[in-house]
Amino acid sequence: MAYKFVEDTTVSDVAFEAEAPTVQELFASCGAALINTMIKNLADIKPRIKRVFSIETEDIEKLLFDFLEKLVFYKDTEQLVFNRFESDIRESSGNWNGIFSVYGDKLDPKRHEFLVDVKAVTMHMFEIEKTDKGWFARAVLDI
Amino acid sequence: MQNVDLKKPEFKRVSNVTWEIPETFKEGMRVPVRVYASEKLLKEMDLQVFDQAANIAMIPGITKYSFVMADGHSGYGSPIGGVSAFDIHKGGVISPGIVGFDINCGMRLVLTSLTLEDIRPKIKELTDALFKKVPAGVGSKSKLALSKQDFVELAESGSKWAIKKGYGWKEDLDATELNGIADWADDSKISEKAVQRGVTQIGTLGSGNHYLEIQYIKPENIKDSAIAKKWGLFPNQVVIMFHTGSRGAGHQIASDYIQIFLKVMERKYKIKVNDKELACAPFNSNEGRDYYKAMGCGINISFANRQLILHRIREAFSETFKKDAEKLGLRQLFDIAHNRASLEEHEVDGEAKELLVHRKGSTGSYPPGRREIPKKFRADGSPVIIGGSMETGSYLLVGGSNADDTFDSTAHGSGRTMSRTRARKTTNGKELFQKMLKNGIYVKSVSWSGLAEEGGESYKDIDEVVNSVDKAGLSKKVCKFIPLANVKG
Repeated sequence: MAYKFVEDTTVSDVAFEAEAPTVQELFASCGAALINTMIKNLADIKPRIKRVFSIETEDIEKLLFDFLEKLVFYKDTEQLVFNRFESDIRESSGNWNGIFSVYGDKLDPKRHEFLVDVKAVTMHMFEIEKTDKGWFARAVLDI
Repeated sequence: MQNVDLKKPEFKRVSNVTWEIPETFKEGMRVPVRVYASEKLLKEMDLQVFDQAANIAMIPGITKYSFVMADGHSGYGSPIGGVSAFDIHKGGVISPGIVGFDINCGMRLVLTSLTLEDIRPKIKELTDALFKKVPAGVGSKSKLALSKQDFVELAESGSKWAIKKGYGWKEDLDATELNGIADWADDSKISEKAVQRGVTQIGTLGSGNHYLEIQYIKPENIKDSAIAKKWGLFPNQVVIMFHTGSRGAGHQIASDYIQIFLKVMERKYKIKVNDKELACAPFNSNEGRDYYKAMGCGINISFANRQLILHRIREAFSETFKKDAEKLGLRQLFDIAHNRASLEEHEVDGEAKELLVHRKGSTGSYPPGRREIPKKFRADGSPVIIGGSMETGSYLLVGGSNADDTFDSTAHGSGRTMSRTRARKTTNGKELFQKMLKNGIYVKSVSWSGLAEEGGESYKDIDEVVNSVDKAGLSKKVCKFIPLANVKG
């Protein structure tokens, strides 16, 4: 998973940047970065619960935003955190469609070392773009 | 990285604690930026703070100034410690990002009749009991099994819902801003997602900078003895202060409306902003009114959340001391928010104006007589609760005579100086725990890393922040509280 937390992009919140050769891998890296903001070791999460969802948007930026928000939603409503992210992402007639399968575990303080809660994904400095090497994304998470 | 390409403003000194950045700082500014801070705090602020305040100064309807308070630091879109008032009859806007995602996030201060001597032997037992009673931390789950219908009723009636269900005392409402209810709230304006997130999280503290603290008053820290006495404060008294908001539901409301506003802002209302987080719509538009009603639900959810937590605090004290909460004097002094947009009337250049005052990380600080102040405090000015870091202490102030300079606004906390990512690298949570214990502060935390991010070194000097707003006459000091124990998510 190619992502890093960026110091001093935001004082009160957490920012991460991710890079990947394909858009599918980029989404997986961004998903992992969001969960890793809350849980110290992603390896402690057992991928035994699966959730499948689809998102359709007008652009790739909104697709990534909605994907990350969905992970926050599962954490809040079902106390689920994930460490495996699979996706089928396609562009067709100007619309972006993503079908996502995510695998994870119920939050458990005995097995998961908690860091800080992610309350929301923000649009501040939010970015996703195709680069020479593949794909790049940046997000600031509200803590 | 944050200061790359950002211009350092040239500050005009208005007073020792007031600084102005002219409209020429950034193209498109309609009003200047005013910063209320000592020179030391001003120098410590990151450049993004001024850039973000300047971006808000460009938005239609902004009146007089875009303000930054002494605890100002950069956020997303709007700075934390930011205040901006929009004239709703001159195209003024409402913006979820300038309100803040955690709608009506705020502070509640609860008095006790206990003294330092009474509590010392019980502090660990009591803190552990509070930790068990009040869910905190990542994904913390409500102990209430509310139906969606219950939650919708709560979103329309706030603390009143909680009192009706037996979670509190009727007098708590008299000691809460708006008496604990935003009566313009309309649950039809919030999404199913917001309800789902709310149902599972109501009555929880959260994490990050949210906390529940047991504090006491050193005799020498009473600064206004007349008001302190009138409000029931005395030397060596133990008090409880906690900081939390509308949890996931409030965040969902903000996220939903930012997306709605992004769709119509430019196309329908021809408004351009420099940061998508500043997405807005005219207050007098369908979208603007809808968000105002949805924000009302967020306000109510937040008031009810703090009311439910107060109920658990009373239970924990009662069980630990084997006495009724009434006998322990667990009386709420005040509940005040620092993330909200409020419709208020203010005099601007001799003319009364109806303004929507956005305060993001800024507390309402109303001078005596203002109708926003609950009746029991109206003659004194509004109580202002400013929470410091868990190592350094917190303050109670009262609305000052110059508060109308900032549309009755003041600071809300210490204000961060160090990013969370950096703090995690430089501070060890376990070592911090030991250091605080040595200094007489017991901490019960869900996470060592979370604790490391909230150490005193990550924050500005609270005394410097409070002295700045006191000198500016925005709020006047009543007393300072020293931490004894802290529950952290």
